[in-house]
Amino acid sequence: MLRRQLVRPLSPCARQPLCTSLRHNTFSTSTRRRLMGMTGFTETQLTVREAVTAVCSHFPNTYWQEHDQNQQDPTEFHAALAKDGWLGIALPEELGGSGLGISEATMMMQTIAESGAGMAGAQSIHGNVYATQPLARFGTQAQLHSTIPNIISGKWRVCFGVTEPNSGLDTLRLSTTAKKQPDGSYKVSGQKIWITCAQVARKMILLARTTPRDEVQNPSEGLSLFCIDLDRTQPGLDMRRIKKMGGCAVDANEVWFDNYPIPADTLIGAEGQGFKIILHGMNAERCLLAGEALGLGYAALGKAAEYARERIVFQRPIGQNQGVAHPLADAYMHLEAAKLATYHAARLYDASKTDTTIRQDAVGVAANSAKYLAAEAAFTACERAVLAHGGMGYSVEFDVERYFRECLVPRIAPVSREMILNYISEKVLELPRSY
Amino acid sequence: MRPSAARLLNILVPIKRAVDYAVKIRVNPQQTGIDLNVKHSMNPFDEIAVEEAVRLRERLKGAVASIKVVTIGPAKAAETLRTALAMGADSAVHVELPDSAPAPEPLGVAQALRALVRREAEREGGGVDLVIMGKQAIDDDAGQTGQMLAGLLGWGQATFASKLDVDAEGKSAVVMREIDGGSEEMSARLPLVVTTDLRLNEPRYASLPNIMKAKKKPIEKLTAADLGVDFTPRLETIKITEPPTRVGGGKVASVDELVAKLKEAGFTAV
Repeated sequence: MLRRQLVRPLSPCARQPLCTSLRHNTFSTSTRRRLMGMTGFTETQLTVREAVTAVCSHFPNTYWQEHDQNQQDPTEFHAALAKDGWLGIALPEELGGSGLGISEATMMMQTIAESGAGMAGAQSIHGNVYATQPLARFGTQAQLHSTIPNIISGKWRVCFGVTEPNSGLDTLRLSTTAKKQPDGSYKVSGQKIWITCAQVARKMILLARTTPRDEVQNPSEGLSLFCIDLDRTQPGLDMRRIKKMGGCAVDANEVWFDNYPIPADTLIGAEGQGFKIILHGMNAERCLLAGEALGLGYAALGKAAEYARERIVFQRPIGQNQGVAHPLADAYMHLEAAKLATYHAARLYDASKTDTTIRQDAVGVAANSAKYLAAEAAFTACERAVLAHGGMGYSVEFDVERYFRECLVPRIAPVSREMILNYISEKVLELPRSY
Repeated sequence: MRPSAARLLNILVPIKRAVDYAVKIRVNPQQTGIDLNVKHSMNPFDEIAVEEAVRLRERLKGAVASIKVVTIGPAKAAETLRTALAMGADSAVHVELPDSAPAPEPLGVAQALRALVRREAEREGGGVDLVIMGKQAIDDDAGQTGQMLAGLLGWGQATFASKLDVDAEGKSAVVMREIDGGSEEMSARLPLVVTTDLRLNEPRYASLPNIMKAKKKPIEKLTAADLGVDFTPRLETIKITEPPTRVGGGKVASVDELVAKLKEAGFTAV
């Protein structure tokens, strides 16, 4: 079926969006311009980029446009990556993963976002990559063997249940409780919000309070981590999709628990130690988010440069005007700088597992800085990409409006810009805490 | 699975690292060749050959003993071997050339492959039964190496294959070939050289676990001297130029004018 297309000022064939969806051996001669400088990456990172690009090439921009508009989960995309083992990239080999590091996982997430899948594509995958890290590290053998292989194969999807309406960044004040029953099982009550993929997830990594805040010495104690089933046939579980600005293909939800029963063996690690366990995955998550932001930024900038080369106004390409060219050149330099910060943080994170001279707060500073810089660089690139397109930037068909809507996500989540600035002020500059 | 009494099959797949099919080729400023500082990947016809070897192993269930890939090229060609290993080949041979060496010509490549086939024959586990290779490489489009190799070895050849059935016990193969105006079915005894056409299969993507396994598979390095071959080109490239830029056509106002113009240009209705 022919898609109705906007009347284009350009030759349509030069930017035919479907070109990328063709079989990879049909000898298309369309140029694939890659903006990002590729020096300095490891051979494994380059292999990951190459292989993930190949999988993503089956999911062109039109796929993401449609799924965004119809708010339809990219099930096929998740399945395609799962089929080739990508969900296990950073999970241990003995459980069917590939045992690679966050450096490689970040490259995978960047490549996904950069393919045109954007944050929607990335969010359909990344919970399976980072939310499983604490489980893989602290879970019992029985927990690992019953869950991880099913997650890697794509049979089960995972969501991450931490954020609550009344405790966003202030995680320690979360009020969802898991009350221990006489038989050792728990009953969960409370509300979670912004739970990505809850509608399609079989499992949730849940953080809940098992000891009231006023009964523990340190507020970071008394929270426990669980890997629970989301069984919608059970009473006491309800969820509602949140309408949102971008990434509409992927569901984000409010989830309510009301005396929802979970078995004793869903507890990960020791009771009361959930916060410490979950901190383990947070720096990794920041690195992945930074990679996703970079991918989105490069995708938008690539589109903008292409348009600026081809769009003719006053008998010359608009990119010949410095008013168009310079903002894009500036955006490129910001992305390249953020790229260096991002892969530096990822390398540090991976190295800190074996190199004891790398302190965890150094990793935290690097990972938070990377997330901040990459999110800002992506925002700059996406905004300028829309503006460079003029009116066409406002149309769905040119994709940059979708990237622009989505590029707000890495600015806000998983931690706001302001909290990162607070963190750097306090930890690096040793300034007094303001909150 | 009971292995057949007959000796198991050994498959050799020669592959080439070529400029990626999606790259727009540019002539270098010296007009001596093309700009090679661009993305390279496995020649697409060779990808089809690797895929077919892997599928044969899947189809013949235990009758294929080994799939070995070989490439002749600079150090970077090892990446192409890793890709083939990730797709499912077992081991690789890299006949390494200096970065500055000119690209070998089909006859040199065929001679090197013959030397390699003879070398394999002396090994335990038996020699090569089947060579599957691309019908041509998309860089020079010579389309000669497979035929030359079959000639040098005195083996049968089945070129431009669009379907391949191998009878491992009977040591024979039935090959569907793409020819002008249709297809041709032929049967041949092994050992055999098969060259692949575009429609033989659609190559798989390497999965992550297989990419990781490929890192541990062996790549044997050889030089031209090890195989006793000389890759000195016999042809001299004098000059390479871009084709002339297309001149736009004219517009006509009516069918009559079009017909008149065509007649003027010498076209007549039959």
